[in-house]
Amino acid sequence: MAKRIDVSGLNAYYGNFRAVEDISMVVEPRTVTAFIGPSGCGKSTFLRTLNRMHEVIPGARVEGKVMLDDENLYGSNIDPVAVRRTVGMVFQRPNPFPTMSIKENVAAGLKLNGVRNKKVVDEAVERSLRGANLWNEVKDRLDKPGAGLSGGQQQRLCIARAIAVEPQVLLMDEPCSALDPISTLAIEDLIGQLKEQYTIVIVTHNMQQAARVSDRTAFFNLSGVGQPGRLIEIDSTEKIFSNPSVQATEDYISGRFG
Amino acid sequence: METPRETSAPPSDREPHKTPNLAGSSPRRGRSSLADSSGTGRRGDAIFKFASSGSGILLLVIMAAIAAFLTVRAISAISADHGNFLTTSDWQTQADPITFGIAAIATGTIVSAVVAMVIAVPVALGIALFISHYAPRRIAQALGYVVDLLAAVPSIVFGLWGALFLVPHMLGVNAWLNQYFGWTYVFHQNEPGTQPRSLFTVGVVLAIMILPIITAVSREIFLQVPRAHEEAALALGATRWEMIRTAVIPFGRSGIISASMLGLGRALGETMAVATVLSPSYVINLHILDPAGSTIAQTIASQFGESQGTGRDALIAAGLVLFVITLVVNGGARMIIARRKEYSGADA
Amino acid sequence: MSSLATSSRSLGSSLTERRLPRWMPVANLALAALIAIALGAGFGFSSKLQWCLIGAILFVAIQYTASALVEGRRHAKNTVATSLVWVAFLLALLPLISVLWMTISKGIGVINADFLTHSMNGVAINQDGGGLYHALIGTLEQVALASLFAAPVGILTAVYLVEYGRGNRLGKAISFFVDVMTGVPSIVAGLFILSFWIIILNMPFTGFAGAMALAILMLPVVVRSTEEMLKLVPNELREASLALGVPKWLTITRVVLPTALGGIVTGVMLAVARIVGETAPILMLVFGADTINYNPFSNPQSSLPLYVWTEYGKGTDQSQARAWGGALVLIAVVMVLNLVARGLARWKAPKGLSR
Repeated sequence: MAKRIDVSGLNAYYGNFRAVEDISMVVEPRTVTAFIGPSGCGKSTFLRTLNRMHEVIPGARVEGKVMLDDENLYGSNIDPVAVRRTVGMVFQRPNPFPTMSIKENVAAGLKLNGVRNKKVVDEAVERSLRGANLWNEVKDRLDKPGAGLSGGQQQRLCIARAIAVEPQVLLMDEPCSALDPISTLAIEDLIGQLKEQYTIVIVTHNMQQAARVSDRTAFFNLSGVGQPGRLIEIDSTEKIFSNPSVQATEDYISGRFG
Repeated sequence: METPRETSAPPSDREPHKTPNLAGSSPRRGRSSLADSSGTGRRGDAIFKFASSGSGILLLVIMAAIAAFLTVRAISAISADHGNFLTTSDWQTQADPITFGIAAIATGTIVSAVVAMVIAVPVALGIALFISHYAPRRIAQALGYVVDLLAAVPSIVFGLWGALFLVPHMLGVNAWLNQYFGWTYVFHQNEPGTQPRSLFTVGVVLAIMILPIITAVSREIFLQVPRAHEEAALALGATRWEMIRTAVIPFGRSGIISASMLGLGRALGETMAVATVLSPSYVINLHILDPAGSTIAQTIASQFGESQGTGRDALIAAGLVLFVITLVVNGGARMIIARRKEYSGADA
Repeated sequence: MSSLATSSRSLGSSLTERRLPRWMPVANLALAALIAIALGAGFGFSSKLQWCLIGAILFVAIQYTASALVEGRRHAKNTVATSLVWVAFLLALLPLISVLWMTISKGIGVINADFLTHSMNGVAINQDGGGLYHALIGTLEQVALASLFAAPVGILTAVYLVEYGRGNRLGKAISFFVDVMTGVPSIVAGLFILSFWIIILNMPFTGFAGAMALAILMLPVVVRSTEEMLKLVPNELREASLALGVPKWLTITRVVLPTALGGIVTGVMLAVARIVGETAPILMLVFGADTINYNPFSNPQSSLPLYVWTEYGKGTDQSQARAWGGALVLIAVVMVLNLVARGLARWKAPKGLSR
């Protein structure tokens, strides 16, 4: 069920400003790929083009091809709504729906897709919460507001919500940047488990985190202020962190800039 | 009752002797001891706090006085009433015996306000959503300004427009409603083709009048919905409408309610727009297309000129009823909002 | 964990879904308009309002059918919602534009220097000429008197609510009754002044009586808007000032109020714009006059909205034309107040506080 992503010649714009230039890469199924790079280099923008969330921002558009197995996400007859159902996303700040209970949050995607059967929904809720390592902590208060959980729990709730609709790919946009170290560890463990089923792409500012969780790492950089971000190199995480082929990558990883 | 003197005191009574104190605030001179310096500050603090809490208390006193004075006059009117104040439809304050009651005018008030709400709330929410989530950004901002300006158009202008423009245009709509929906009772016309100076037309004018205010308030609320929630819904594969239903509407629900209540309050209390459009009569007629019925505010305005003594007190009694109705509406809205506070998302 | 795959079928795994072409709404709109015109002309509906309503309903129906046939139910719902939102917007725009258009087109012909500088003294109802100078004077004086009371009391009340009364019982009570007061209909405020000022104290009808009622209507608006502005002042500013040893009341008058000044002035002006158009209490308390009366403390006056009402009530062509002229002047006053207030809000907005 996990799918392969093949990006070629992708440019992303905000109005007339090109934020990301000419990116091509392949993400294999059931792997974790980490995007690293200095702030403003287009990592998050690029991530959002992978489930057509980029175009949600007024004035934003995308050129190029993103193949999910054999379908081009930007093909003419593709429904962006269906794309987002297939490619799930977890955001930087935990964003559970404040008006919904824990259970309703997890079930939100199912409800949208017309799953009304109470038994099916309940099973999916439990399965997703277990999948997000949250079940034991919340099973006694499923009807309490999701906003009442701690930050780390909220983020795992958002992960549960994302995997409840059984996507093929899971995109994570700095999922731990708003969390304390212990919650971060919990999420990292979870990522390790989730990759058995999903293709995962994670944007992170934390290089230790990239080294710990990912199989492959992509380094993004921009040549100057106002210039678009570009992909500098992508390789196995081991190679990027020990012996990168580009000097800029090594400078960044060793903390010489960024 | 025991508060008339304070309330009557206009600006002159409370303000002037304070203002000099505020202006002549001497910054602390000495740098000597802690006790000294805090002494000056303490006196200033005490005066300023007195002034501001005094203003707040004055506001409470005014509210109490409104209730008290209306009640006193209303009691004197009701005791002179030869009919039952609550169940009489007639409004005969010049005749002998004096008979009047709020049955017809309260019904008319509520009917016209309900018509206005049924039309205005969905349309206003539609416009608010259009401005916040559908319209291109540049147009949206301009539209926001236009709506704010329209919300400030005085009601007498809407009344003038309603009487001179809308009334003739409602003839066709009335005939059509009567023909195809006459069976619903509500839209039945006793005499088809009469001038549409009816509660229904009043409701339409009121709807148009309260449209901008409901729109303006709910647009503000919709714009405050955090982007994160909207994106969360979209990332789950929601269409735009589903995103609005999962993220925007629940977040804005209490705001929508208070916006609607604001509009309802205006519709209930509106005087001039009703007085210009309606051809009033003091009967309860739920065929809302018939030129009949009247509202409390409009009765007060149109009867006021020819009323004396008990007649005026009777109008004040009617005003008290209107006051109570608006109180109930406002209180109800506050309760609904308070009950939903747990899920309001205010902390998000 | 492979059980996850079991229910995925129900979610629809294909990315391609049949979509309607982008020009479809326009085509549907044209179709709906055509049918509406045909129906309207065919059945001889006199009012263009009906044509529009029929067209709107048809448009939504056609949109739904087309979308449901091609794209499926979820998208059909989305399409209907989108169409409804557009229709609501366009339909609502019609009457609102019509109000403005009527007022401007009918009023502009009446307005000239004479209209603005003369009263109605000695002008018969079926006679051209006359003006609203007396009403303009009345409105200005009544509104100024009302603001003189409501602005300081309202601002101080808001200061109490934000700076002193947070969470205590008096603060809660005041806050509650400010809400209640916001809902007081203008005619009830008028009746209150009538009952105690005119009936009980036996005072005459004057501009001042009307100003008191206007002040009651203005007060809660000033309190609420000022309160909002004061809440926007960052707590760090207060703490910075208090930490320098400045007493609380000086902190408020020297730091908090100046920071929020732009917003407060805007709020007061918007409140003024609201009461300028109030007719009902003026009708009851100021009583109306055709002559110029500069003194708001004795004898009846007039006011702009009251002028519109009385001229409309006279029922002749000439007087209704004057009513439109009065309405246009009134709208112009309100709009200018609004625009200036909002402009000021933008210009004066403390940096970083405005969104």
